[in-house]
Amino acid sequence: MTAERRAVALPAWATSGLLPVLNLAAAFAVSGLVVWAIGESPLEALKLLLYGAFGYGEAIGYTFYYATNFIFTGLAVSVAFKCGLFNIGGEGQAMMGGLGLAVVAIGLDGWPPALVLPAAVLGAAIFGAAWAAIPAWLQARRGSHIVITTIMFNFIAASLVSWLLVGVLKAPGSQSPESADFPEAAWLPKIHDLLAGLGIQIEGSPLNLSFLVALACAGLVWFFIERTKWGYEIRVVGGNPGAARFAGIPITRTLVLSMLIAGGLAGLMGLNELMGLQHRLIANFTMGYGFVGIAVAFMGRSHPIGIVLAAILFGALYQGGAELAFEMPTISRDLIIAVQGLVILFAGALEHLFRPQVQALFRRLGALGEAHG
Amino acid sequence: MPLGGPDITDSSADKDAPAIELENITKSFGPVRANDGITMRVERGSVHAIIGENGAGKSTLMNILYGIYHPDSGEIRINGTACALQSPADAHHAGIGMVHQHFTLVEPFTVLDNILLGFENGAVLARPRRLAARKLEAIERDYGLSVPLDAVVSELPVGMRQRVEILKALYRNAEILILDEPTGVLTPLEVEQLFQIIERLKGQGKTILFISHKLGEVMRIADRISVMRGGKLVADREPDATNASELAELMIGQKLAAAVDRKSLSVGQTLMALEGISIPPAEHRSGLHDISLEVRSGEIIGIAGVTGNGQTELLEIIGGLRVPASGTLSLGAEVCAAPDIVPGAVDLRKKGVGFVAEDRLRMGAIGAMTATENVILGYHGRPPFSRHGCLQPRAMRNACARIMADNDVRPQAPNLPLDNFSGGNQQKLVFGRETDHGPRLFILGEPTRGVDIGAVQRIHNTLISMRNAGGAVLVVSSDLDELLAICDRILVMFEGRIVGEMLAGDTDIAAIGLMMAGQNPDDPGEEARNDG
Repeated sequence: MTAERRAVALPAWATSGLLPVLNLAAAFAVSGLVVWAIGESPLEALKLLLYGAFGYGEAIGYTFYYATNFIFTGLAVSVAFKCGLFNIGGEGQAMMGGLGLAVVAIGLDGWPPALVLPAAVLGAAIFGAAWAAIPAWLQARRGSHIVITTIMFNFIAASLVSWLLVGVLKAPGSQSPESADFPEAAWLPKIHDLLAGLGIQIEGSPLNLSFLVALACAGLVWFFIERTKWGYEIRVVGGNPGAARFAGIPITRTLVLSMLIAGGLAGLMGLNELMGLQHRLIANFTMGYGFVGIAVAFMGRSHPIGIVLAAILFGALYQGGAELAFEMPTISRDLIIAVQGLVILFAGALEHLFRPQVQALFRRLGALGEAHG
Repeated sequence: MPLGGPDITDSSADKDAPAIELENITKSFGPVRANDGITMRVERGSVHAIIGENGAGKSTLMNILYGIYHPDSGEIRINGTACALQSPADAHHAGIGMVHQHFTLVEPFTVLDNILLGFENGAVLARPRRLAARKLEAIERDYGLSVPLDAVVSELPVGMRQRVEILKALYRNAEILILDEPTGVLTPLEVEQLFQIIERLKGQGKTILFISHKLGEVMRIADRISVMRGGKLVADREPDATNASELAELMIGQKLAAAVDRKSLSVGQTLMALEGISIPPAEHRSGLHDISLEVRSGEIIGIAGVTGNGQTELLEIIGGLRVPASGTLSLGAEVCAAPDIVPGAVDLRKKGVGFVAEDRLRMGAIGAMTATENVILGYHGRPPFSRHGCLQPRAMRNACARIMADNDVRPQAPNLPLDNFSGGNQQKLVFGRETDHGPRLFILGEPTRGVDIGAVQRIHNTLISMRNAGGAVLVVSSDLDELLAICDRILVMFEGRIVGEMLAGDTDIAAIGLMMAGQNPDDPGEEARNDG
C-alpha cells in the first residue's frame, strides 16, 4: 500500500524548484509585513533591494562576491550532510583555512605567484580539513556528537586565530589584530581586472578569481559525490549506516573522509575574503558566513546547483540589503538581518512547511488528469 | 447522524444486522485505485479472513474501517447503522479495535499504563489505575488472556505483547477486532494460543477480521474468506468449499509456477564451517554459545527459531560484521574470522559468498537511494561498477535492468528511490542483487518476509536450482513452513544454542515447535520456559 500512497510523491522540479520558491515568497511576505509596520512601502523596499543587488555592474559584482563565500560554506555543509553529519563547524573551518593560507602566503614571501597561489590554496584546504577531521574522528570512534564538537571548535578556532593575531602573527607596528600584508604574489586577481585584460570593461568590485574556484568546486563536489566510489560510500553511510556496514564499507574512514572534504571546502572561503580582498589575515573575517552556509545547503537541497543558486540568493540579500539600509534610513541594518533570518527560517528550518498543501494540489491535479484522460 | 457513528450500546442498533457491511467502497491514491468497489458483509460473531498479496488493498480497506483513510465513495454500516469514520477515535466509538502488525506499545511502560494510555480519566493516575486493573482482570478472566498487568512491556515475549494489544482493544469495548497479520512474529506454540483466544472471543460474540497471507492458518481459523486482488474483492469462499491452492491462484490471478524438483545429490565438500563460535550475551540479546555447523555444496540448511534467539548474531558472524569471542569461521580451508582475525564483508563477497540480510531496510538497502544505486551495494568498489574509483553508470543501469527483469520487480523503474517500492519488490531487488553475482555460498535471513506468494515461489525455486547446481545455501527464517519446503537439513536455535537438527525426510513440526520454545520434545512433561 505504501508504494501506492507514495505514487503521488512530488516530482523533482516541485521539491527542488516550487517548494523553495514558495518558502522564499513566504519569507518575503512576512518581511513585507514588517516593512509595512514601520511605515515604509514593502514594494518600494523590494525594488530597492533588487536594484541594490542586481541593478548595476558593481552591485552584481558584490552579490557574486558574497555568493562566493556561501558556495564554499554551503558545499561544506552539504558534503557532510550526505554522510549523515550535521557540520555546524564551517565557521571555524573557514577561520583555520584562513590561518593556513596566511601562513603559506607570508611564509613564501618572494616566490612567484604560480607557486604561491596553489600552495596557499592547498594550505587553506589542509588547515580547514584538519580542523574538521578531529570532530569527525571523535564522532566515529568516541560517539561525541558532531554538532556539539563542531560548535565548540568554532570558538576554539576564533580564539586561536585572535591570539595568534595579537601575538606571533601581528604585523609589526600595527595596533589592530591583523597579520602583515600578504606578498602580492598571493593576491587573487579581480574579475574586472582579468576581463579588462581581455578587453572587456566592467565596473570594479571585489569579485575575484575565487568565484570561479567556487564554481569549479561545486562541479567537482557533484562529480565526487555522484560519480565516484567514495562519494557513493559517503551517501550509503549517510543513508543507512547498517547497510553500509553489511556491504563492507569502512564507516569511520568514510565519515572522516566526508568531513575532510567539508572542512577543506569551508577552508577555501579564505581565498575570497583574504586573498581576494583583504590581502592579510584579520580576526573574525568569517563574519558568520559559515553559519549561513547551513541555510544555503538546506535551501539548495544539498545539490551543488541548488547551492550555487541559493548562494547567489543570499549574496543578493547581503548586497541588496546593505543598499536598502542605505537608501531607506528607517530600515536599519538590524532589520536587514531580520529579513535574512526570515529567509533562513522559511528556507532552512521550515522547508517542509508547504509540502502537504502542494502534495494535495498535485493529488487533485492527478485525479483531474485521470478523469479527463 | 452524529459524528463518530453509532454507540454500540445504543439499543436502537439492529441486533440481527451483520457486524460490518461495506457497500461499494472505493479509494484512490492519485491514479491508483487501492480499493475499487469493495462490497463485503461480515457476520457478527464470526472470524472473517481477508487475504491477498502485498498491494492488493487489504491494508487500505482496514485503514478505512479504522478511520485512518476516508473512502472516496461507498458506505460503511456497523451493526446496520451507516457510519462516517473520520478518525480512529470514531472507530473505537463504533466498537472497532485494531491490533497492528507492528505493535503500538510504549516499551518502557507497564502493561497497565499502556492500556490506560489515552484513556487516563484524570490527571492523577492512582484511581484510574485501580479501576482499570479491576476491569482488566475481569476481561482477562472472560477471555482467558493471562497477562501480568504490572510487567514492563519491553520484558515480555512477542506473543504476550500481542495479547496486550488485544486486551487494550477489549478494554476500549471493541466488539469488532481487526488482527493485521497477527501470526507473522509468533512461534507455532504462540500461534496455537492465539487461535484459542480467537475461538474464545468468537464464542463470546466478538467479530474478528483476520488479515493474513498464510493460507493454512486462514483455512483453519476462518468462517469465511474474502480474497482481494488489485484493489478488488475477487472471491468469497467458505473454508469447506475451497482449498489452499485455489486460494493462492485467486490471490495471484494465475497458476503458481511449478516448484523446481530437488535433484537427489550426495552432499559435496564443505564450503563453510563454524567451529565453536561464541559471543557473550548482551542486554536483550542471547549471544551465541558454542555454535558449530558445516555448510556443504549441494545442500540447503535452514536455521529455525523464534526471532531473537541468536540468529541475528549468527548472520553477523557469517556476514563478517562481528569478531567471535571464541571459535573460528572458515571458508574452504581458509580461516576468515576468529578472535584474532577480523573478517571483511568485502573479502567474503569476493570469495563468492552472497548475503541477503535479515532486515533489508536496516541492513540490506538504502531507502533514499535509487534502485540502480541499490543493486551495486557491496559490489560497488570493483568492476564493472567502478573503475579507477569512478562509478560506471552504464554498467549500473544494465545490471539494474537485468535484475529487475529476472526477478519481476515492479515497477521496472531503475531511477525510483527504493522507498517507493513495496516491501516485496524491495526484497526482490536485494535478492536479485546477490544472485546476479552467482554466489557459490548463499546466506539469507528471512528471504521471503513480506514477499508475494508468486515471488516466494520464484525465490525458493532459485535457491533449489542453486543447490541442484552444487551451490550451498544457508537460510535463517522464522517461517517454519518455508524451511520445511526447501531445506535438506534444519537446525533449531534457542537462546544462542543449536538445540536440535533434523533431516528433510523426517521432520516433525510439533517437535521443532517445542524446540523453538526451548523444550525438549522427548520430555513433554516439562513446563515451557517461555510459555504464557
